[in-house]
Amino acid sequence: MEAAPKPGSGARIKAQGKKQKPPRYWEGETDGANTLPSNPFIAPSPSRGNKRKREDRSQPKPQVPKKRKQIQELKSKKNQKHLRTKQNQKNLRLKKDLRPNEKEEIRPSQTLSGAQDPFPGPAPVSENAVNKFRRGNSKFLKKHSLKLVTKYKLKAAVSEEEETSVRAARAELLLSEEPGFLEGEDGEDTATICQSDIVEAVDIASAAKHFDLNLHQFGPYRLNYSRTGRHLALGGRRGHVATFDWITKKLMCEINVMEAVRDIRFLHSETLFAVAQKRWLHVYDNQGIELHCVRRCDRVTRLEFLPFHFLLATASETGFLTYLDVSVGKIVASLTARAGRLDVMTQNPHNAVIHLGHSNGTVSLWCPAMKEPLVKILCHRGGVRAVAVDSSGTYMATSGLDHQVKIFDLRGKYQPLTSRALPQGAGHLAFSQRGLLAGGMGDVVSIWGGQGQGNFPSLDQPYLTHRLPGHVHGLQFCPFEDVLGAGHNRGFTSILVPGAGEPNFDGLESNPYRSRKQRQEWEVKALMEKIPAELIDLDPRNLGEIDVISLEQKKKEQIERLGFDPEAKAPFQPKQKKKGRSSTANLVKRKTKVKDQEHREKIRQSLQQQQKKKQEQQQNKNNKLKTSQSTGPRPSALDRFKR
Amino acid sequence: MKGKIVEKRNLLALSQQEEVIDLLKDYPLSASEDEEDGDGERKHRKLLETIGGLDGKNRQRLAERSEASLQVSEFNVSTEGVGEKLELAELLAPIKSSSSLGSVKKRLKKVKNKKTVELPLSKEENEQIHREAAYNKTSQDMDKWDPVVLQNRRAAQLVFPLEQEQVRDIPIEEVLGVWKARTPLEQEIFNLLHKNKQPLTDPLLTPVEKASLKAMSLEEAKQRRAELQKARALQSYYEARARREKKIKSKKFHKVLKKRKAKEVLKQFEELQKVNPTAALEELEKMEKARMEERMSLKHQNSGKWAKSKAIMAKYDLEARKAMQEQLLKNRELTQKLPVPSDNEQDEDTEENSGLIPDIVNEVQMSIDGPNPWMQKNRGIHLKASHSQKKLVADEESEPEEEEEAEAEEEAVLQEVEERRFLRKKSEVDQGSQKQGHRTKAPRRSEEDEEVLAELRTLSKQINQKAKKMRDDGEQSVSSTPAASNEPSVQREEQSLIDERLERLQTMEDLETLSMEEVNQEQKLPRPGVERQQQPSSQSKQKSPPKMERETMIDLHTIIGVKAHKASSSLSVPTIVDEEDGDEEVTQKQIIKEAFAGDDVIADFQKEKREAEKASKPKDIDLSLPGWGQWGGPGLVISAKKRRQFLRKAPKTAPRKDKRLPNVVISEKRNVQAAAHQVNVLPFPFTHQHQFEETIKTPVGTTWNTQRAFQKLTAPQVVTKPGHIIEPIKAKDVESSPSNLGPPTLQRKEQHGQQRKGLKKAS
Repeated sequence: MEAAPKPGSGARIKAQGKKQKPPRYWEGETDGANTLPSNPFIAPSPSRGNKRKREDRSQPKPQVPKKRKQIQELKSKKNQKHLRTKQNQKNLRLKKDLRPNEKEEIRPSQTLSGAQDPFPGPAPVSENAVNKFRRGNSKFLKKHSLKLVTKYKLKAAVSEEEETSVRAARAELLLSEEPGFLEGEDGEDTATICQSDIVEAVDIASAAKHFDLNLHQFGPYRLNYSRTGRHLALGGRRGHVATFDWITKKLMCEINVMEAVRDIRFLHSETLFAVAQKRWLHVYDNQGIELHCVRRCDRVTRLEFLPFHFLLATASETGFLTYLDVSVGKIVASLTARAGRLDVMTQNPHNAVIHLGHSNGTVSLWCPAMKEPLVKILCHRGGVRAVAVDSSGTYMATSGLDHQVKIFDLRGKYQPLTSRALPQGAGHLAFSQRGLLAGGMGDVVSIWGGQGQGNFPSLDQPYLTHRLPGHVHGLQFCPFEDVLGAGHNRGFTSILVPGAGEPNFDGLESNPYRSRKQRQEWEVKALMEKIPAELIDLDPRNLGEIDVISLEQKKKEQIERLGFDPEAKAPFQPKQKKKGRSSTANLVKRKTKVKDQEHREKIRQSLQQQQKKKQEQQQNKNNKLKTSQSTGPRPSALDRFKR
Repeated sequence: MKGKIVEKRNLLALSQQEEVIDLLKDYPLSASEDEEDGDGERKHRKLLETIGGLDGKNRQRLAERSEASLQVSEFNVSTEGVGEKLELAELLAPIKSSSSLGSVKKRLKKVKNKKTVELPLSKEENEQIHREAAYNKTSQDMDKWDPVVLQNRRAAQLVFPLEQEQVRDIPIEEVLGVWKARTPLEQEIFNLLHKNKQPLTDPLLTPVEKASLKAMSLEEAKQRRAELQKARALQSYYEARARREKKIKSKKFHKVLKKRKAKEVLKQFEELQKVNPTAALEELEKMEKARMEERMSLKHQNSGKWAKSKAIMAKYDLEARKAMQEQLLKNRELTQKLPVPSDNEQDEDTEENSGLIPDIVNEVQMSIDGPNPWMQKNRGIHLKASHSQKKLVADEESEPEEEEEAEAEEEAVLQEVEERRFLRKKSEVDQGSQKQGHRTKAPRRSEEDEEVLAELRTLSKQINQKAKKMRDDGEQSVSSTPAASNEPSVQREEQSLIDERLERLQTMEDLETLSMEEVNQEQKLPRPGVERQQQPSSQSKQKSPPKMERETMIDLHTIIGVKAHKASSSLSVPTIVDEEDGDEEVTQKQIIKEAFAGDDVIADFQKEKREAEKASKPKDIDLSLPGWGQWGGPGLVISAKKRRQFLRKAPKTAPRKDKRLPNVVISEKRNVQAAAHQVNVLPFPFTHQHQFEETIKTPVGTTWNTQRAFQKLTAPQVVTKPGHIIEPIKAKDVESSPSNLGPPTLQRKEQHGQQRKGLKKAS
C-alpha cells in the first residue's frame, strides 16, 4: 500500500491532538483578541482569492465565525432568560442539595485579603439550555389531587429530573468544539470547490486527512471505520484485507484471504474485525490472525455491527438475516426475509433495528426477537440499491433502480419527505454524524447537506462533489472527523467534508485518542452494559412504560416465550414393575387409565361448574321474576335444546 | 265538687293527725316539760304550724329549741326565732368585724355546700379509665416521634450513626476571634505577645514588618522583582537546556560531552596540583578509591545485556564492534592493577577476560598486530587516505562533518591505546619507578592535550601513565608510535580494500540495480489502457475540473434530455457520465430491470398488505356442528340462521397502525421477548400508570448523566459508617414540633449543647 501524497499535504504526516489549549488567564486579553480575528490557517489561496471558506474542526479552531451568525448569537443571548431573573427563580433555582447553605454563600464572605467573590453562588444557567435536557413536564402534580405518598414520590422524581438536567446543561460548557461548514461567497456553489482547494485552505494536519490509496490490483474495496474513527479496515474483493490507523497511516495488519471478500466490519473495538468471505464469515484480530470461522453464517453479503448489543448482523445470499452475539459467540436469531438475495443492509443507530432493502422495492425493518419484519415500506418502483439511516434514527435515505433518491421519515409514518431523480441513481448512501448525506453514483460522490442540524438534507443541490478514480464500492463517513471514506475499484480515497463529523466526542464512550489500557477498561464496561438482544424494538422507550395486559395474556406470552408451560403438570410416567407386568401393553393400559381418570375428573368439574352457573342464573331469573311478578310457563324437558 | 273537697280535707286532716302523732312520738316529752300549760301551748303552736305548712312550703320547718331569746324564763325555753336558720358564720361573728375571719367564713360556706361523697367506681371501670389515661399519655409521647419517622422514611439517604457533628467550614477569622486564652500558660504567652506587639489575629504582620513593607519603594520592588524574574528565567533556560541535552540520543554527542567534562576535570586537577598539592593528593586518593570500586564491580566486564547484544552484533556491525572494543579497552584500563605484581597474573587476567569475550572481538584484539580492516578503514579516514575510499563509504560521506571530526578524535584515542600497549610493556621493565611518577609534575606531550578520559575513575591511572610516558618521552614519542601504527596501516588499508570493502560495494550496487529494475518493471507493467486512464485522471487533477465537467454535462444534455433537467442544478460539478466499458453489462441489466420494474411492485405490495391485515385480524369462531339439531349428511348446507346463531364474533380490535399509510405494513404482533422486561403491575403508591412512568422517565446511567448527577441518582439509601455503633435516636434529641406540618426536627448535638448552655445561664 502506498499513500499518494497530495499537493497540499506536507511531507510529514503527524497525528495532532484535536483540542487546542484554552488561553490561560494570564495570557491576557490582548492575546485572546489576537487569536480570534487573525487566522493563520485560512489564508486565501491565490487562485481563488475571492472565496471565503470555513473549515471545520478537522483543524483545532481556525474558524472565522460568520458575522451574521455572531449577531444572532448575541441576540439569542439577550433573549435567554437567566437564572437570576426573578421570573425563573422559582423554577430554576436548584434545590437545597445543590446549594446547601444559600445564605452563607450569598453573603459576601470576609477574607483576610478583604476580597469579595464577585460572582457569589453557582453560575447561572439559561433556561433554554436546561430545556434541552428536560423530559417533559409532570401532568399529575398540578392537576390532580393525589395521596401524600404519591405526591411526594412524584415531586422527588421531578426534582431529580430538574437537577440532572441543570447539571447536564452546565456540562454543555465542556463541549468546546464547534462544527464548521463550507460557505461560498454569494452566488458561489460550494459544489464547485474541489478537494485540492480545501486541502490548500486547511492546515497540514487536516490536509493529511485527504489521501488516496492506489490499490488497483485487488478489486473494488469495501471499508469500515472503527467506532472511534481512528482505524480503518479495507477489504478488496479479490481477497485483500488490511486494517490501519488511518490518521498516522500505521498499518496494523495486511493479509490476503485468498477468497472473495464481500464485506468487512470492525467489531466492538479495533482489535477484532469480521470479514464476509465467499463461503463463510471469518473473524480476524488486529494482527490478521484468523480467530473464528463462523460456518453458520455462509455466503454473507453484508455485515452490520450493533455496538451496544454486541451483535453482528449478517445478511446472506440465501436470504437469511442472522444475528451473532460476538460476546458469547452464539447465534441469537436467524430470520428468513423471504425476499431472495439480501445485499442491501444498514442499521438504525437509534434503536438498533436492521433495515434490509429488497429487489421488490421494499425496505423491511427487523429485530432479532420477531420472526417477521416490524415494518415494511414500499420505497421504490424498482429494487432498492442502497439504504442509509441518520444518527438520530429519524430519517432514512434510500435509492432504487428507478434512479430516485428518497428520504423517509422513520417516526411512525414512514412517508417520503423528499425525493430526487439522479441521472444514474445512487449505488451507495451514507449519513454523517451531523446529517450530511453522501451518495455514490458511478465514480462520483456527491454530498448533500443544509437545512440545519436535526433536519434532513435537501437534495436540491449537492454540498460537495468529488470524482474518484474508480467506481464507488463502499462509502462511510468517519466518525468524529470531517472525512468521508470511499472505497472504489482503484483503492481508497479519503475526502474532506467540512462539517460532517461530530466535533465533540465522549471520552468515555468512543475516544479516538484512547490508550490500550483505556480501551481494555472500556471493553469491560461495555460488556457489563451490554443490552440483551431481545430488547431491540422500534421504540426503545417502550421499556419505560407499563405493559397493560391481562393475566391470561401474560400467561400465554410466557408460554410462547419459553416454548413450554412452566406450571404444566408432568405427564404420567408409569412405574417400572417386575414379573412381566411392565409390558408395553400394560404400560399403555396404565397410562390410558390415568389419562381417562384425569379426563373424567375434568369433565366432572366442568359439569359441576355448569350446574353452579345454571343455578345462579336461575336464581337470578327467579329474583327477577319475583320482582317483576310474572310467572312464565313451567320449564319443560325440551328446554335444554333451546338456545 | 263539694263532696270531693270534703273528702280531701278529711284526708288531710287524717294525715295531719298522723303527723301530729308522729311528732309526739318523735319528741317524747321530758318529765320536766310535762306541764300542761306549756304542753298545750306548744301543741297549739305545732298545730298552727302544720296547718300553715299545708301549703307545702314550710313543712319541714320544725320547731327547734333555742336558747337565745329575749324572753328568758327559767321555766320554759322560748321558741322565738324558730324557723330562722342559724348561720355558722353568725356564730363566729365577732363584735367587731375583722377581715381575718372572712376566709374562714368562706371555707365554712364551702364545707356546707359539699354534697355527699359518691360511691367508689367498680374495679373494671377504674382500670379502664386508667388505661385510657395511660394510652393518651403514651400516644402523646409517641406523637413527637412521628415527624422523625416520616422524615426518615422519606429521606433520600440516611446516614448512620445519626448524631453526627456537622462539619461547617468556618472562616479562620471567626475561629480566631472566638478563641481566647484560658490557661495561665496561654495567658502568659499572650501577654508576652501583646507586649511585643505581635499580631494575634487579623493583620498577621507586625507593625515593624508592615513598616518595612511600606518602606520598600515601588521601584525597588520592581527591580527586585525583575531580578527574581531574571533568575527564574535563567534557571528555567538552564533546566530546559539540560533537559534537551539529556534527551539527545546521539551517543557520539554524549561521548564528546563526557570527554569534555573529563578534560575539564583533569585541568582542574592539574591546577590544583600546582596550587595545593595536599588537596590534590586527597583528590587523587579519592580517584584511586573510585577506581578500586570500579574494579570490584562488574560494570565493564562485558557481561551486561548491552555487551552481550553487541557481541552478537559485532560479527556484522562495524559500530558494534567498535563499541565492543572500546568497552574492552576500558575494562583493561580498569582492571589493570597499578602496582603490577607479576607478568603471570596479568596474563591470567587477560585470559579470563578473553573467556568472557566472543571470538570476533578477540580476533579484533589480536589483529592489532595483524591485519585489521576496520581499524585500517578508520585510520584511513583519519588520514584522509584516498578518494576511492571516500567513494566506497558513500553513506558515511553524507554525514555531517562534525561526526567525522568526532570519529577522528576516536581514532586518536585508539592510537593512544596502542601506544599505551607499548608503554605498558615498557613499564613492566621499570616498575619500581612508578611512585615517583605520582609526585612528579611533568610537562606533557603535545599528544596528551588531545588525550581525553572517559570517566573520572580512570583519571588516576592516566596520571600514572603520564608519569611513565614522561619518562620515556624523548625516545618513543617521536619514533615508535608512528612507526608502529602508520606504516602497517597503509598496507592494511589496501588489504581491506581488496577483501572486505569490495564485496560490500557489490552488494549495495546489486541492490540498487535491482531496485531500479523493479521500478522499471513497475513502470512498464501496467497496460496501455491503464496508463491512459491514469493520465487523464492526473490531468484532471491538474486542470480545473469545472471545465471538464461542463463539457460532459453538455453531452448529457444532448443524450438524455429528460433526466438532465433535474440534475442541471449542479452544472459545474463532477456528475455522472454514462458509464464506460467496464460497467456496460451492469447498466444493461439495470436498464432491463428498470424496464420491467414498477409494473407489479405496487400490486404485489398491496396484496401483501391485504394478507397481513387478514392474518392479524382475529377470526370469528364458528361453533355450528353439521347435523346437530337438524338432518345431517353429505351435501347438506347449514342454514344461514344457524350459522349466525353459532358464530362467535371476534372482539373488535384497535385499528391497524398502518391503516392510513398505503405504502407501509406495520406488524401488529407483540414483541413478547421485550414485553417480558416491562413492568406490568402498577407499584404501590401510584394510581395511574402514567404516574409511575413519570417517576422512571429520567435515565440513571452515566451515559445520560453527568458524573455528579449519576452519583446522586445512585446514592445508597442507607449509609453506615464502619466502626461506629448505630444507636437508637434518643428522646432528648427529638424536639417536639408544635405541629405536624412543620418540618420534623432532629436536634443536632451542637444546637443542643448551646441550648443547655443558655439554660444554665438563665438559671
